[in-house]
This record gives sequence, structure tokens and C-alpha cells, in this order.
Amino acid sequence: ESLSTPSNTPETTRGMVQDPTQFDVLVMPNLYGDILSDLCAGLIGGLGVTPSGNIGANGVAIFESVHGTAPDIAGLDLANPTALLLSGVMMLRHMGLHDHAHKIQKACFDTIREKKVLTKDLGGNSKCSEFTADICRRVQDLD
Amino acid sequence: MAVALKRSLAVLVKSLGGPKWWQQASRSVSISASLSRVESPPARADATFKVTMLPGDGVGPELMTAVKDVFKAGDVPVEFDEFHLSEVQNMASEDKLEELLSSMKNNKVAIKGKIHTPMEFKGELASYEMRLRRKLDLFANVVHVNSLPGYSTRHNNLDLVIIREQTEGEYSSLEHESVPGVIECLKIITRAKSRRIAKFAFDYATKKGRNKVTAVHKANIMKLGDGLFLQCCAEVAQLYPKIKYENIIIDNCCMQLVQNPYQFDVLVMPNLYGNIIDNLAAGLVGGAGVVPGESYSAEYAVFETGARHPFAQAVGRNIANPTAMLLSAANMLRHLNLEYHSHMVSDAVKRVIKQGKVRTGDLGGYATSDEFTQAVIANLAV
Repeated sequence: ESLSTPSNTPETTRGMVQDPTQFDVLVMPNLYGDILSDLCAGLIGGLGVTPSGNIGANGVAIFESVHGTAPDIAGLDLANPTALLLSGVMMLRHMGLHDHAHKIQKACFDTIREKKVLTKDLGGNSKCSEFTADICRRVQDLD
Repeated sequence: MAVALKRSLAVLVKSLGGPKWWQQASRSVSISASLSRVESPPARADATFKVTMLPGDGVGPELMTAVKDVFKAGDVPVEFDEFHLSEVQNMASEDKLEELLSSMKNNKVAIKGKIHTPMEFKGELASYEMRLRRKLDLFANVVHVNSLPGYSTRHNNLDLVIIREQTEGEYSSLEHESVPGVIECLKIITRAKSRRIAKFAFDYATKKGRNKVTAVHKANIMKLGDGLFLQCCAEVAQLYPKIKYENIIIDNCCMQLVQNPYQFDVLVMPNLYGNIIDNLAAGLVGGAGVVPGESYSAEYAVFETGARHPFAQAVGRNIANPTAMLLSAANMLRHLNLEYHSHMVSDAVKRVIKQGKVRTGDLGGYATSDEFTQAVIANLAV
């Protein structure tokens, strides 16, 4: 537990490492956001599982995963689709399709929780297509 | 700059211990300073070192009391010249700053708390803290991130050193509003200061027997500014073939620090990133209360905590953790070549933490600052 409320970026950084539960929504300028978003991604498992969205005026938005292009595993059916999939969930919410968003998110989280078909970066040895198929199966079961 | 580089290189070639002129300068002058005070004979046979003390704001004064109490109990041959400079307590003025500076010029070594910078713009963009740093040219800030034995965190057995350039960069205090509602803030990166901090980092690594120096930057975005910094680090790295040199982008660095901090050894970076990483790393090992830090110029050494935070909420409540300040005081004693006393103080602090019985609130305990300080005194190696 932190005895002091952070009042600037460095203190927030420290607070985030010691007790991230003291925070809810954070808003900040460009550079700090770049730094803090990567830091927080590190806290929850890395860029392979972190979704993101870029919101503009008039409902214009682009949702994306922020990990690299991973050229070393490209084309080998090894990548972890979680980051992009959850970004897609963010997109569905932005569009107002909350039911669909909820189903897909729940399916994805359940698959990860079960730990049976995890991709390599999450500690398993399943393929991307196997991981995805499991999520699809769960989505269909939820209907 | 070139002369300094050549001189230091010569010293380096002679003795791979790195240039010792930082330490030599401060020690010899403080001995001569104390010897010149013939009116008051020294209390002990050995020379007593005079050190400037600046308690600062927030819990600073309480922490300084802890240091003084421990030093007294341990019979440490150090005398403190106290100064009270504070923006928030209306004790700041040019005269006070001048007094403080002349004390520093005599003593060369200081121990200080944080001088709080009020958030309101009072007509002067540079805070007293920044101005002090600039006047003394304390360009290098070194924070030791060491896990405390007996206090478990997510990542244990950490041993990192964070070196931060603290006189330019984003904190150059150059801002203006050319158009209402549009502020421009200038981030200044110079070749001279970047080379200087890089050299400091490599010299430090060499002296302390470290293996790797990693430069932290955002040169992919700030191509000219951080690009220059990076280029200077790479140039200086070539002078130190025995030390591995790497670089990493600041956002990835933060992520790596929380996922796998063991991949780092010594990190060097410009001002703002240093401020952030100092605090992040402090959070990794237990918070602002446990990490010591110091600032160096070519002539002065100022010892303080690693994560500078006046912690105003704790003032007068006797709950602040004196660990960081005591460990920093121990580092100061080592700097003064008082190895025995340095070990005595740091061992006592570490023993108390390891025993786990007396811990302040930030480490999950219920002890007051006083109780902790008393426990340390009780554990001084006798």
C-alpha cells in the first residue's frame, strides 16, 4: 500500500510498480503515455496480450496491437493472436456491439485460463490456429 | 572537454580503477578545511570531516535527525553544517543560496533532503533544487537499486545502477507561450554534456567492476536530440572495450524492468527518463524509502535518497522510513574513505531489515521512524 498519492509521472511510475490497484483511469500527454503504457503492459504479461485503440473525432478510430511484427516467427502459425483479438473486442465495444464483444472476450479469457492450448509465449506449445479454434469453439458454445 | 577526456584516459590506462580525482578532490579539501579551524580543537585524534547538511522539506528534517542520531551513537567523525533552504516554507532567497554554496565550496560533500518545488508558477521556471544542481554543476545522479535481504519483492537480488544526466534535457526550464494556448518546451541535448555523462557512466562501471552499460533513449522519435545522446554514448563506449555497451528505447526499458530486470547492469540516460526510471526501480525493491542516491559534479558529491520525494503527508507523523537516507549516509562515509564507519552503518540497517521485527509502514510494518532508528543504533557493530 502506498502512503502517498503520486503527483507526477515519476511517482506514478513508482506507484504503478508497487501497487497498481490504486489507479483506475489515467490520462496523460504523449511521451508519458508511451512510457506508462509499455510499463503497464509489462505488468500484465507483455505486448503479446495488450490491446489498444486510437480514438479520433467523429467516431473515427483505429484499433491495433502494439507488439512488433515478429519477423522470426512470421508465417509459422506460432504467433499469439490475443493482443489483436482483444483490440478487436475494443473495436466492437466502440461500435456498440457489446454482446459480441463480451462473448469473444470471455471465450478468449477462458481459453487462457484453462491453459490447455496456449501459444509458446504464454508457456504452451500450441499453434496459433489451435488457440484460435479453441476460442471459436467457446464462442459458439456461448451462443 | 578534450583535455579532461585525455587526462582521464591517461589515468584509466595507468590504473584500471578509473579516475579517482572525484574522491581525492573532496577528501583532501575537507581535511584541510577542518584543519584550518584552529580555534576549536578536534574532538578526536583523527580529523573530523565537515559535511554540509540541507534537511529540505517534508520528512527531510526527520530523516536528517535519524542520520545525526545514528552517527552520534556510532561515534562517526563527521560534523554537519546545517542549512535550511525551502521554497514552500518561505525560507528561500538568493542570500541563503549563496551561503549554502559557499559552505559546499568548503566542505565539498553534502547530505540533503528534497527541496520541494511548488506546482504553481511563481515567476521563475527553475526551482531551487534545479538551480542548486546547476550552480554546483551536479551533472550525474547515481541511484543504487539493491534488493534488501529479508524484504521480499517480485524480483529479488537486484543490483542495478541508474545514472542520470540531471542538468539539461527536458528539465532545461526553457518554456514559452508564443501563441496563447500553445506552449513550447525546449529539450536541450548537448554533445558536451552527453559525452560527459557517458564517460561518467563508463568510468563508474569500470571502477565498480560492472560488466555492461545500457543507454536508454527515444532516438527513434527524437532523432536529433536523443540521437545525439546515443551517438555520444556509442563514441565513449569505444574507449572502454572491456565494458559491454547496449542501448534500449525507454518504453521497452520500462517494460523489461518490470518483467526481467536482471538483464540490466548499469543504465545511463538523459534527465526525464532518469527521473522516471529511478522511481520505477525504487518501486521494484521496496519504494522511495529504501533506495539511496547521490549526485556528483567534478568537485562535489551530494548524498540524498534515490527517489526524491518530500513525502509531505508523513510530516510530523513519525512514519517515514529512514533506510534510504541512512544507506546514503553510509555511502557518503565510504566516499570520505571512512570504510569502517560506512560498513558499520549499512550493516546495522540491513540487519534490522533482515530481522524483520522493526519495519516502517511502507515495508509492511508498524514501527515508527524513531523505533527504526533506535533499532539501527542498537545494531551498530558492538
